[in-house]
Amino acid sequence: MTQPRVAGVGLTPFGKHSERTGRDLFAEAGLAALDDAGVDPDDVEALNYGNFMGELAEHQGHQAPLMAEAVGLDVPATRYEAACASSGAAVREAVRALRSGEADVILVGGAERMTNIGTAGATDALSIAADDLYEIRAGMTFPGAYALMARSYFREYGGSREDLAHIAVKNHDHALPNEYAQLRKEITVDDVLGAPTVADPLGLYDACPITDGASAAVLVSADYAERHDLDAPVAVTGTGQGGDRMALADREYFARTPAADDAADEAYDDAGIGPDDVDIAEVHDCFTIAEVLALESLGFYDPGEAVGAARRGETHATGELPVNLSGGLKAKGHPVGATGVAQVVSLTKVLQGETAWADEVGDATVGVAHNAGGTVASATVHVLEVVS
Amino acid sequence: MSDTAPDGAYDALLDAIEDGEGHYMECANGHGWLPPRRVCPDCGSRDLEATPLPDAGEVVTYTTVAVATPQFSEDAPYVTAIVDFGAVQVTGLLRGVEPEDVEVGMSVGVEVGERETTGDRAIVFRPR
Repeated sequence: MTQPRVAGVGLTPFGKHSERTGRDLFAEAGLAALDDAGVDPDDVEALNYGNFMGELAEHQGHQAPLMAEAVGLDVPATRYEAACASSGAAVREAVRALRSGEADVILVGGAERMTNIGTAGATDALSIAADDLYEIRAGMTFPGAYALMARSYFREYGGSREDLAHIAVKNHDHALPNEYAQLRKEITVDDVLGAPTVADPLGLYDACPITDGASAAVLVSADYAERHDLDAPVAVTGTGQGGDRMALADREYFARTPAADDAADEAYDDAGIGPDDVDIAEVHDCFTIAEVLALESLGFYDPGEAVGAARRGETHATGELPVNLSGGLKAKGHPVGATGVAQVVSLTKVLQGETAWADEVGDATVGVAHNAGGTVASATVHVLEVVS
Repeated sequence: MSDTAPDGAYDALLDAIEDGEGHYMECANGHGWLPPRRVCPDCGSRDLEATPLPDAGEVVTYTTVAVATPQFSEDAPYVTAIVDFGAVQVTGLLRGVEPEDVEVGMSVGVEVGERETTGDRAIVFRPR
């Protein structure tokens, strides 16, 4: 099977751009990706676009054609929505279309405008990734849901708020040299533990910020890359997706994420690798506890073991398995619909040696992206490898 | 939300809980779900029967929410908990106990209360 290549990538700086519209954000990222790829825009055959809360934040549905137009493309454009895994799902469908031979060039991306509706508005909008009848109406917020999972994790496996704090400290440290990151600020474990509570046991520094931003990548078939002599050494070699019950209360586990287990198994099988082959990972750390659950689902740790990984230094750039070298959602920021593709962008850059952490990471050749929606009722996993 | 049509089985369940007749849908294999359900997502059974909700359940996990959505702003801080009633688990607001005194495993009953912020109905647990 020929593996699609990542021909070009683009991002906006992630952060507070309250007055910038979604279409302007996506235009910046999309045009940057097209320029980076060096492909003829007339060759682009489709836009796969991720967005979660555009109706609430901008009163704008049907965003994909709008975004195609914003980057100057007249192509079929479809919005993918899987909560925070929206653009992970967009990548997956692009990979499948490119592999099947039905397409040669697809622009994937995502955008989210969030800060314009304020913290209360964004908290409200994010909450709708949960079950409206039986969760939101019971007061469940997005941080609240992960707090319920964190308490279950502590009870089932042990671990502490201090363990989680080390994850936030690590991801902030990783973001320091990332010019696209929202929070380029060194923090300490004491800062995390002393921050105001959002939903007990999670505090403000356990949570990703509210972020405006966009991401894009040009994915091309291997055949197209060869014919056009593109400099595109990174391929998407594995894709997987999993699902779970929408409501936490309807699940067997609160301290595990089986949808991501399934996505990881499928993506590893697809790529013909296992967790031991992975050099770097970008995982969906919308909250510190979410990084723990991700690392266990990806098979890097047994259930109950990943909570201490950051404290032990294993997931820092200087450790055995650098996780979230971009700063992760925690420090890079989390413009929801843009996050899945932003992970692909970050991995591609590191695999191409374009990272401030190059000395620490060395010649990484295999990366994994883990993108999760809601309380992981949706999950996608992608394997990226240097193939030439 | 009083100016819109009721939400079918959800509002009917809250009416039933108010009348002391809370229930859930159980399949032949003992899997329980809150209504509406036409098929059991665990085993595919379409033979679901309304079954009385037990008088008491146990708190499985909980959180005190400090940063709320606008619909709960005046309720905050409040406790949201998931309670195990045997075949079914239910999420609701836990009242009648100080947040710092909530414990996993504590026994609670279910009733219908109102959000302080909007007056909308909500599933509420109280210690037994």
